[in-house]
Amino acid sequence: MIRFESVSVRYSEAPAPILKDVTFTVAEGELCLVVGQTGSGKTTLLRAINGLVPHFTGGTLSGRVLVDGRDTRTHRPRDLADVVGVVGQNPLANFVTDTVEDELAYGMESLGLPPDVMRTRVEETLDLLGLSDVRARPIASLSGGQQQRVAIGAVLTTHPRVLVLDEPTSALDPQAAEDVLAALQRLVHDLGVTVVLAEHRLERVVQYADQVVLVPGGGQALEVGDPAEILASSAVAPPVVELARLAGWHPPPLSVRDARRLAGPLRDRLAGLPSPEGPQDQVDTTSGLPRDRPAATTPIAAVRGLVVRYGGRRTAQPPALRDLDLEVAPGEVVALMGRNGAGKSSLLNALVGLVRPAAGGVRVGTVDPASAKPAAIARAAGLVPQEPGDLLYASSVGEECRQADRDFAAEPGRCARILARLAPGIPANRHPRDLSEGQRLCLALAVILTAQPPLLLLDEPTRGLDYGAKARLADIVRALANGDGASDGTQDARRDRGNGVSGGRHAVIFATHDVELVAEVATRVVVLADGDLVADGPVASVVGSSPTFAPQVAKILRPLPWLTVSQVAAALGSA
Amino acid sequence: MRAAHRPTLPRHLHPGAWWLWAVGLATAASRTTNPLLLLLVLAVAGYVVAARRTTAPWARSYAAFVKVGLAVILIRIVFQAIFGAAVTGRTVLFTVPEVPLPEWMQGIRIGGSVTAEALLAALYDGLRLAAVLGCVGAANALANPKRLLATMPGALYELGVAVVVAMTFAPQLVTDAARARAARRLRGQPDRGLRSVRATAVPVLEGALERSLALAAAMDSRGYGRVGTLPAATRFVTGALVLTGLLGICVGVYGLLDAGSPPVFGLPMLAAGSLLAGLGLVVGGRRTLRTKYRPDPWALPEWLVAVSGCAVAATYVWSAAQGVEGLTVPAMPLTMPDLPVVPALGTLVALLPAWLAPPPPRVGAGDSEAAPARVAAGSERDGTPAADVDRPREVSR
Repeated sequence: MIRFESVSVRYSEAPAPILKDVTFTVAEGELCLVVGQTGSGKTTLLRAINGLVPHFTGGTLSGRVLVDGRDTRTHRPRDLADVVGVVGQNPLANFVTDTVEDELAYGMESLGLPPDVMRTRVEETLDLLGLSDVRARPIASLSGGQQQRVAIGAVLTTHPRVLVLDEPTSALDPQAAEDVLAALQRLVHDLGVTVVLAEHRLERVVQYADQVVLVPGGGQALEVGDPAEILASSAVAPPVVELARLAGWHPPPLSVRDARRLAGPLRDRLAGLPSPEGPQDQVDTTSGLPRDRPAATTPIAAVRGLVVRYGGRRTAQPPALRDLDLEVAPGEVVALMGRNGAGKSSLLNALVGLVRPAAGGVRVGTVDPASAKPAAIARAAGLVPQEPGDLLYASSVGEECRQADRDFAAEPGRCARILARLAPGIPANRHPRDLSEGQRLCLALAVILTAQPPLLLLDEPTRGLDYGAKARLADIVRALANGDGASDGTQDARRDRGNGVSGGRHAVIFATHDVELVAEVATRVVVLADGDLVADGPVASVVGSSPTFAPQVAKILRPLPWLTVSQVAAALGSA
Repeated sequence: MRAAHRPTLPRHLHPGAWWLWAVGLATAASRTTNPLLLLLVLAVAGYVVAARRTTAPWARSYAAFVKVGLAVILIRIVFQAIFGAAVTGRTVLFTVPEVPLPEWMQGIRIGGSVTAEALLAALYDGLRLAAVLGCVGAANALANPKRLLATMPGALYELGVAVVVAMTFAPQLVTDAARARAARRLRGQPDRGLRSVRATAVPVLEGALERSLALAAAMDSRGYGRVGTLPAATRFVTGALVLTGLLGICVGVYGLLDAGSPPVFGLPMLAAGSLLAGLGLVVGGRRTLRTKYRPDPWALPEWLVAVSGCAVAATYVWSAAQGVEGLTVPAMPLTMPDLPVVPALGTLVALLPAWLAPPPPRVGAGDSEAAPARVAAGSERDGTPAADVDRPREVSR
């Protein structure tokens, strides 16, 4: 169905080709998963399938790409629209119209299909993707999962034989991701659509893949083959595969179900060992608070009876948060979980004064974010927003750091020193937009940490991060909570620690859908639903028992309390 | 009788019909200065809006336009009081201290005595403008602007897409600006003032550029512009026809609205212009192979609504030609204006769409054009309130 014949792609300003001599085929009706680190050329590979590379992006493409027998050199993307459907990274940026039905019909209108065909196909697609309840709704009012399904539906109505998706689930909560993947699964199985998809969160998709294309980046040769074989030796691997490597299962299982069937002996071995090492063990399992916390320590952040609502006083909308109570002490790493729209971002925003509480109060240290000046708030609590790039507006990394020093009246060079510790080796003359997602997050984090806030807030930090960047983020968060992270070794930081004001330990609150990250770093999990706090406690008890929030290792080893591969490794190592 | 012809079956009326109705009403309003007739026009338009509007955000635009109209009246009166001028009259209400102006500015007077007649003339004049504005507001409230664009002929398709894209981009820009300002606060900087402009503008512009590129790529991969282009000669003919036609329409509309111009500039010019423009669009539209998904039907109710609007306009034009008393009310001497019977009855014809037009479908909880606007609060991109709409609790309402 899709043939790449010794394809090389080189962008005009780049020194080396991003893809070099790529040759592989995808057979009809296969689900092909493209994996690789950010910047390795995954998106370029996907966009070459429908000719967006090079027709739209520029650059030089040598070799040829054949899709259903059509050569992308002679066919522009629009001429391939009836064969290839492309769903981009951010669905909201790709919608042309504003209501669900119109969006589904748009592609067919462009192809000039007769009205009766359009009508039936729209109805079929609405049913296929479970969108009939929202058919007349404006797209902007839909949830993330629904939007992603509309984006898929919008290209499906032209009955393409190939569907190309770039990170379709990275912005979605686990349940919404399941819905989207189930829809894709149905397309592959029932309709024989060929699906090519790129995804960082392998744990979600790898079990459905028939073929994996590993893009190592830097122009190295691609590895193409059976998912289990490729992942057995790949640098990027989901937790289930890492557990398999640890336990010596070969070939590695790709789904929780397969792994459980192999995990009997491992469970027996672990059953006799003491409870897992990890962040939780510093925590009192009943209260969820750090054990070594001095009794008199005042919390860094205290939220009392917080109510947040949008749309003015007369709106009929339910409040985004209602009657929320929360206290966070130094050294705690709190994970905020819950559906899209559960109120996670609202809580973070209220903690830095971006949202004014309709009732109740927020106190961060000695500051009330609702009334304090931005400069005072920034010293008490720092928030890295969902889109870290929002914080950055200078034209180079070095300039950004100098600006941060000026913004927070820090001594020159503090931000640059923090950045060097978080992510060494970022050239100072690079434009922030040209950084990888992980580097950009580190830069935004460095900017925020320049103010040395004792409370650090992260809004969906792992969106778009590959496994490597995620592991580094986990290290950074752990180091901050333990008090040896962001301090740049200057007098200020040492004095803080000497005074024992905050013990040098930060408190970190992060909102996320990424259960694996939660299992890695969090000491406590707070689950929000519908603006209410529905669960608050240590990770093992909140996440371990939940069907949607449980990390893969927990699902495999249930009922044992291990959550991550590193915990299992530590337990086996010490035994 | 087919379902589309039945005025009782709920559906959205063709937006063009509402606009024709409103233009007819506006034409009538522009032909009179009688405050009673003008108020009647406003009341009729308001009643129809109240009876047939949806819950969509733009459905509130009638009230907004009326408010603008009130502002117009107020400004007109204030200016009249300060700059005195044309209307003199005898009933002096009060005197504003006069500003002495040099010799060479003789034509202008600032301050001086203010007469009731002068103010009344200003009021009538302002009211006429307010009534026209009210009619436009009514059309805005009743007709879905996006559906109106969707009815554009094929030749204007690209223009329609550009407008739609712009309309979806504008709210996005607002969201982006809010996010950028929030980010500015996160860096401990005040989010107001000149210095914050650069910090706000750079991310917003970059975001807009990136989004346009993404959108262009998406449209290209979905087959936008697949069809071939026309030969140069046809393009030239199309352009000439459309331009001449539009010029004709402009002159025609001006002639129709301005009672003082010779009658040949009115309807005949409008008709000729429309014909030329229509011809151009047909010639230009032949190239597009695009089809339309669920086009709005033009059935009996559309005809009735459009005709009712035109009937009002016709009554007023006829009355003006026949010299019916009371269509224009002199501000001098001060008298209570009479209500002329024929135009008043004519205006009431425009009330009929409140029953003749099919009622808009009552949107269920899930299906709503009025779904709450996305809240642009900081980085709240999950769209907290918006995502809440499909909860079971709301659906059962």
